[in-house]
Amino acid sequence: MVKVGVIGLQGDVEEHIWAAKKALENLGVTGDVIWLKKPEGLENISAIIIPGGESTTISRLMVKNGLFEPVKKLGEEGLPIMGTCAGLIMLSKEVIGATPEQRFLELLDVKVNRNAYGRQVDSFEAPIKLAFSDEPFPGVFIRAPRIVELLSERVKPIAWLGDRIVGVEGDNIIGLEFHPELTDDTRVHEYFLGKAL
Amino acid sequence: MGKLDVIQAKGTERLKRGFAKMVKGGVIMDVTNAEQARIAEEAGAVSVMALHRVPADIRKAGGVARMAPIEKIQEIMDAVTIPVMAKVRIGHVAEAKILEALGVDMIDESEVLTPSDPYFHIDKREFTVPFVCGARNLGEAVRRIWEGAAMIRTKGEAGTGNIVEAVRHVRLVAEGIRQIQAMTDDQVYAVAEKFAEPYLRLSLNVKEIAGLPQRVLDNEPIYGHYTYREIVDGLYKILLEIKKLGRLPVVNFAAGGVATPADAALMMQMGMDGVFVGSGIFKSSNPPKMARAIVEAVNHWDEPDVLVEISKEIGEPMRGQDIEELEVRLEERGV
Repeated sequence: MVKVGVIGLQGDVEEHIWAAKKALENLGVTGDVIWLKKPEGLENISAIIIPGGESTTISRLMVKNGLFEPVKKLGEEGLPIMGTCAGLIMLSKEVIGATPEQRFLELLDVKVNRNAYGRQVDSFEAPIKLAFSDEPFPGVFIRAPRIVELLSERVKPIAWLGDRIVGVEGDNIIGLEFHPELTDDTRVHEYFLGKAL
Repeated sequence: MGKLDVIQAKGTERLKRGFAKMVKGGVIMDVTNAEQARIAEEAGAVSVMALHRVPADIRKAGGVARMAPIEKIQEIMDAVTIPVMAKVRIGHVAEAKILEALGVDMIDESEVLTPSDPYFHIDKREFTVPFVCGARNLGEAVRRIWEGAAMIRTKGEAGTGNIVEAVRHVRLVAEGIRQIQAMTDDQVYAVAEKFAEPYLRLSLNVKEIAGLPQRVLDNEPIYGHYTYREIVDGLYKILLEIKKLGRLPVVNFAAGGVATPADAALMMQMGMDGVFVGSGIFKSSNPPKMARAIVEAVNHWDEPDVLVEISKEIGEPMRGQDIEELEVRLEERGV
């Protein structure tokens, strides 16, 4: 029985809960997917997802709600954590274009550039290549951050747009520029939740 | 890292509605300069609405309220890293094209500004940038969604600091959805026909002036290239989706009258995905505190103990106005 928590402070939380539930079903695993707002929700947790949203808001509310330190500690201890878009920013070691008050979990050895793709009119959809599947995946990039540098050998690419890296994995941590939760395709969630089994 | 040789699609419905999903659970704040924008960002706003004047001051100033000056919007875009929205007059395609070219992240086709078209709203499907529109009831919401709005907000009554109209609009939409869910598909189709009526006004007006029968022809385009039947079918499809989902198929925010953390919590309790705060922040006595408190209230709407703490020492909220005393009802603009 696995327990997956989606950090539910701001952003597309429901979409991730839906995708994680469907992924568990496809994996044939029984489990709960919860809306995680408070530290108490972290009890017996098997995996955490940090959704898309505004990274400045999520950062502020994670600190305010007492989730920041415990989630960081769980990540350091090896708990699987996946972040999409704003979630990737929250997980990154270095962030270009952050506001002075923003804090990051620093669990993933990458440098990201926060608004590198531009504004909403530059948001786009494009097929991407995954390391763990032969079929292309529908990539949805919304005011996406860009992974500009891998900072250690531990970090491996798992998704590419053309020949550019758009998703990475560092041991237990996955960070994605795109939003698999906005598609009906749960392959990425299945791959991630495989780490929690 | 490497060049890009894959085909990209921009301005798709998924990208527009997806952008709106990223602001869920958040507060979008009206700001009129770079300093206010920074205060909003620091307080945890998910986005700011760049304005020349907040709605309370638009009411006071009177005259024609138009799209904000470009330098003003640019100043705000340069000041913050969060998305920036800006308003255009209802039906003003040119203002919208200008804001799209400027690069604002979302356009609010808003009744707070003076309407530019007495008949129609913008066909928002023609744009790459997503739109949010106000709605007082299910009919307005469904028409705006059919026209391509990626997000809906209540109209409320902007600039009053009075939540009653926002509550009315939340209730009217929610009750509308409940009744749709109790209907057969044939009954839903009849509702779609009723909801399509405002699109007939221009054609019927012209026929009236010309002394022609008040009847629209089957193949007659009445809104852009769309015929009445095409519009009815489009609205019907959206209504069926609403019937299935039990909610609007796009993100739905509260707006127009939110002035305190409790107002924001009330809107979340009533099922809204987030709130716009217009005059409520920068017309209060302590804007940074009020801004932070409203962000936190949206986050903790279902925890009264926490709301007690949030509501302490936030200064005076904006002075409110009774709706009955208003000379202008902004909500009545644009059906």
